[in-house]
Amino acid sequence: MIKAILIFNNHGKPRLSKFYQHINEDTQQQIIRETFHLVSKRDENVCNFLEGGLLIGGSDNRLIYRHYATLYFVFCVDSSESELGILDLIQVFVETLDKCFENVCELDLIFHVDKVHNILAEMVMGGMVLETNMNEIVTQIDAQNKLEKSEAGLAGAPARAVSAVKNMNLPEIPRNINIGDISIKVPNLPSFK
Amino acid sequence: MPAPIRLRELIRTIRTARTQAEEREMIQKECAAIRSSFREEDNTYRCRNVAKLLYMHMLGYPAHFGQLECLKLIASQKFTDKRIGYLGAMLLLDERQDVHLLMTNCIKNDLNHSTQFVQGLALCTLGCMGSSEMCRDLAGEVEKLLKTSNSYLRKKAALCAVHVIRKVPELMEMFLPATKNLLNEKNHGVLHTSVVLLTEMCERSPDMLAHFRKNEKLVPQLVRILKNLIMSGYSPEHDVSGISDPFLQVRILRLLRILGRNDDDSSEAMNDILAQVATNTETSKNVGNAILYETVLTIMDIKSESGLRVLAINILGRFLLNNDKNIRYVALTSLLKTVQTDHNAVQRHRSTIVDCLKDLDVSIKRRAMELSFALVNGNNIRGMMKELLYFLDSCEPEFKADCASGIFLAAEKYAPSKRWHIDTIMRVLTTAGSYVRDDAVPNLIQLITNSVEMHAYTVQRLYKAILGDYSQQPLVQVAAWCIGEYGDLLVSGQCEEEEPIQVTEDEVLDILESVLISNMSTSVTRGYALTAIMKLSTRFTCTVNRIKKVVSIYGSSIDVELQQRAVEYNALFKKYDHMRSALLERMPVMEKVTTNGPTEIVQTNGETEPAPLETKPPPTGPQPTSQANDLLDLLGGNDITPVIPTVPTSKPASAGGELLDLLGDINLTGSPAAAATPSSVPQISQPPFLLDGLSSQPLFNDITTGIPSITAYSKNGLKIEFTFERSNTNPSVTVITIQASNSTELDMTDFVFQAAVPKTFQLQLLSPSSSIVPAFNTGTITQVIKVLNPQKQQLRMRIKLTYNHKGSAMQDLAEVNNFPPQSWQ
Repeated sequence: MIKAILIFNNHGKPRLSKFYQHINEDTQQQIIRETFHLVSKRDENVCNFLEGGLLIGGSDNRLIYRHYATLYFVFCVDSSESELGILDLIQVFVETLDKCFENVCELDLIFHVDKVHNILAEMVMGGMVLETNMNEIVTQIDAQNKLEKSEAGLAGAPARAVSAVKNMNLPEIPRNINIGDISIKVPNLPSFK
Repeated sequence: MPAPIRLRELIRTIRTARTQAEEREMIQKECAAIRSSFREEDNTYRCRNVAKLLYMHMLGYPAHFGQLECLKLIASQKFTDKRIGYLGAMLLLDERQDVHLLMTNCIKNDLNHSTQFVQGLALCTLGCMGSSEMCRDLAGEVEKLLKTSNSYLRKKAALCAVHVIRKVPELMEMFLPATKNLLNEKNHGVLHTSVVLLTEMCERSPDMLAHFRKNEKLVPQLVRILKNLIMSGYSPEHDVSGISDPFLQVRILRLLRILGRNDDDSSEAMNDILAQVATNTETSKNVGNAILYETVLTIMDIKSESGLRVLAINILGRFLLNNDKNIRYVALTSLLKTVQTDHNAVQRHRSTIVDCLKDLDVSIKRRAMELSFALVNGNNIRGMMKELLYFLDSCEPEFKADCASGIFLAAEKYAPSKRWHIDTIMRVLTTAGSYVRDDAVPNLIQLITNSVEMHAYTVQRLYKAILGDYSQQPLVQVAAWCIGEYGDLLVSGQCEEEEPIQVTEDEVLDILESVLISNMSTSVTRGYALTAIMKLSTRFTCTVNRIKKVVSIYGSSIDVELQQRAVEYNALFKKYDHMRSALLERMPVMEKVTTNGPTEIVQTNGETEPAPLETKPPPTGPQPTSQANDLLDLLGGNDITPVIPTVPTSKPASAGGELLDLLGDINLTGSPAAAATPSSVPQISQPPFLLDGLSSQPLFNDITTGIPSITAYSKNGLKIEFTFERSNTNPSVTVITIQASNSTELDMTDFVFQAAVPKTFQLQLLSPSSSIVPAFNTGTITQVIKVLNPQKQQLRMRIKLTYNHKGSAMQDLAEVNNFPPQSWQ
């Protein structure tokens, strides 16, 4: 069982924290700090497994972490999970985030914490792995987002406008319309991506 | 009141804060705004506010006032609201708040909602934080959803069911019918979560496990799925680095492991597929290695055939040589698990494991250290110890204590010679002296006492060690004790093992005094040093005055412990000088009281308590040994060495011959001589003899069960049963617990149980629980017998029972031959 999933940056600031067992808030923060302390000491070329700190529950629990650019993704698991499997799971998680956010970076995680939670909820539920197929997860997330948008009503209009323009395929508008000898040039619209 | 700011705005604002105090201020302002907005019961912006609250919660600020708002969001009709509401519930609420029960109704409604995503949200929340009451109420709904054809919901329902089972194990049966068709799904998500559900059920309940093995034919189904995965070739949707759905493969392998454990049929059914997976999986990427790792674990756990096991260990060996640290770590972990069962196979990789001790990675070093200790045996002790001592030298401080303890244990078990043992201990004390555990000091002292012939060598080495540096407390304590005991050997300059050093008495006293004065010495160490100086007063000849002076100085020491010692020693010099030499005698060989059962039981004398005899009749004088010999002759053995060398034997009243008389006169399991005069020669260690209850001996802790008990004697209403236990650490020791019960109408009083065994055995009888066997089987007398059987011969025993029954004294003799083979093999 996965006990906790933590994402924090190189300075220890939490970007996502999800605990799958009952821990009160102070202890949660302490665990985040302790985990950061343990993980940041690690060299680049050592293995990705660590014994858990005292707070997270002793010798049965292991910290499995991966360091991507400025973020640490840490999964705290007990002995019923396969360590190498969790490493792959972290990879799938990050790839899914990448697909949902398009070249995800730390800022995306900062400003869209709720979305990251939703994506995570599609992958891990109650401490157990729910779905590992990236495309499946992305499809479901998209469907739910669409549902949300359809409910948003007027407040969602700007967002809808933005996505409508995004989906407009500007590059395909012909630059030159040739009708016989008259060639009419269409003004060069800035490409709106 | 202006519209509350959006979450993104809040985040942007907080990021501009430059100090913690600024951030706190901003957050407090926002919290106040949110609180007033909640008070206004504003529906439109509730969602936004709760989102902001969750963000602040993640940063570590209190957010409990949002709990009820989450509930209101959940009850709303909009999907957006529900989404944030459920997320808030998962993050902010848990079982300890009563508020969470209010969610139950909402979740129930949402579980039956028309939109699958809403149902999914409800399942997710229930599966994450549902309490046992909630689970009980909603289990029915979950079960219904488990049977739906919608794969999105089905997989969520499966995991939710796992959570329900964890919280309320009694509900497991409810989910059983739904599991029948789970494995027929095509959707991998559902397959994956179904396997998790089945795994949980099998782990929790052995009945379920048996049911799945036999009735459901689970193993063939799983084998079929696994085969499809491997053979199916490239399938783009489940592919991870070239392997088809490795997560599912790993899960299935784990479930196979549980199903195959201790079950021959299941294990046989999976042998082929395991071999296939083990040979066909590509190992160039982490994914392949993950599958191989899981396969190896499964092979080691089930009753696989030997060829498969060899394959598994070889794979682990290959892992050990892999460049990837993760793989090596994982290999070390699994070797640790298998070293108990396949010791020889793991030994082959010993050199690689020992190399891992030198790795830079802390996690790998720790695993390698644990594994090395598990691999130490009598053959490789010298080589391994060299490596371990080198490791102790160079490792991080967090390892030193564990490593030192491990080295001591290994040295104790497998030391090839006493000198080597003492050398090793010295090495550990000098390298990691301050990390040695506190209980190591008395153990070491006891060990040194026992190796009589090494005393001179030991004290010389210890003296040399603390000459240079007396800061490591355990080392100094042991050294002080030894110098106090064997100081005369030190100055006399006799040492066979090593070049003897020339030390004068003054030099010895110098070093002890400097330990006393030094600021680095703890109070305990000082106590050791003072006592050592005192002991030397009987062993040294020329410096007694100096010792007297030192002792009297400390009579006014601030440290109460030192002061008390000094005052008492002073009194010893003044008023009780005649007793001084007797009191400060050499210590005898000490009895070892450990829970792992020493192989030989050492006699104590003098200073330690005389062996108690609770209900046994008092010894009829000094131990008559010849009858013991005669009895054993009757059991058919050879010579026995005399029981206690220092006690004179006396002739028995009745000559040898009639067995009954023999047993009647002597106390067969008699006490050792309570020789009051301490001998000045250290006691010869470990004579083999029959010994009475040293009731301080604790029983073995690690025992194996499963040896059938026997009825050793059953006559005239008295029944004696033997139950057996074997110790894991010492296979030649059997512990027999006898229970005597009485089915007649009158109690049997003054009940005495005696036993004798052939000479190749050794027997120790502990004291019985009482001497009255109550009537009508209302109670029993229990007594423990320890039998040492080093030659693993068939156990035989002759027992004699004496008791008073119906006013008359009864005696009976019997031979017990029906010991089960597991008790002595």
